[in-house]
Amino acid sequence: MDKLRASVLMRHEVGLHARPSVKLTKLAKNFESRIDLGLSPDGPWIDAKSIVKVMATRAPKDSTIYFRAEGADARAALDALVTLVDEDFQDGR
Amino acid sequence: MSENVGIVIVSHSADVARGTALMVEQMVGREVPLGWCGGDPDGGLGTSVEAIMKAIDQAWSERGVAILVDLGGAETNSEMAIEMLPESRRGRVVVCNAPVVEGAVMAATEAASGATLEAVRRTAEELTPV
Repeated sequence: MDKLRASVLMRHEVGLHARPSVKLTKLAKNFESRIDLGLSPDGPWIDAKSIVKVMATRAPKDSTIYFRAEGADARAALDALVTLVDEDFQDGR
Repeated sequence: MSENVGIVIVSHSADVARGTALMVEQMVGREVPLGWCGGDPDGGLGTSVEAIMKAIDQAWSERGVAILVDLGGAETNSEMAIEMLPESRRGRVVVCNAPVVEGAVMAATEAASGATLEAVRRTAEELTPV
């Protein structure tokens, strides 16, 4: 199965720090698909369901986050993750 | 009864334990059963087996409980508390080899997804250099 891809500009004030990382990981874990996250279109890729790895990316404000997903619910997973980042992690301070 | 693994925070300081529990609640949410304890009864620094057992009880989940500890006595007292649990529970409680604050947040994030006790422990311990 081909991997689906999506990307989104992260404008969150502090970047992918603790709280946003927890939210992103928790959301990713709701899906069956394998989901990778990268800071460039060519990777390197990390497992978006690994809180330790997501938090370690330390992606700053105005980074573009790239996702790729593979599995039955890959499209829904990408849509949900892009929305989360696009909506500033919903409350993220 | 929660379907998620519970998290217990054991620190020598009541303030550290309470503050860490607050971080878990605010960053991860309340879907993970949580217990914490710290300090001795006189308000000084310390840990006690009895308080740890109470915290395990508070965070109890049939899926198990992961304990995060800070230093020395917090670990040995936690191991003692596990040994004093009823046999039916003893095998479902583990002490994680991880920093207490970071480990608690990481472990709770993993637990919130319904992960197994072993997966929760592994996530917390990913933080510890081998």
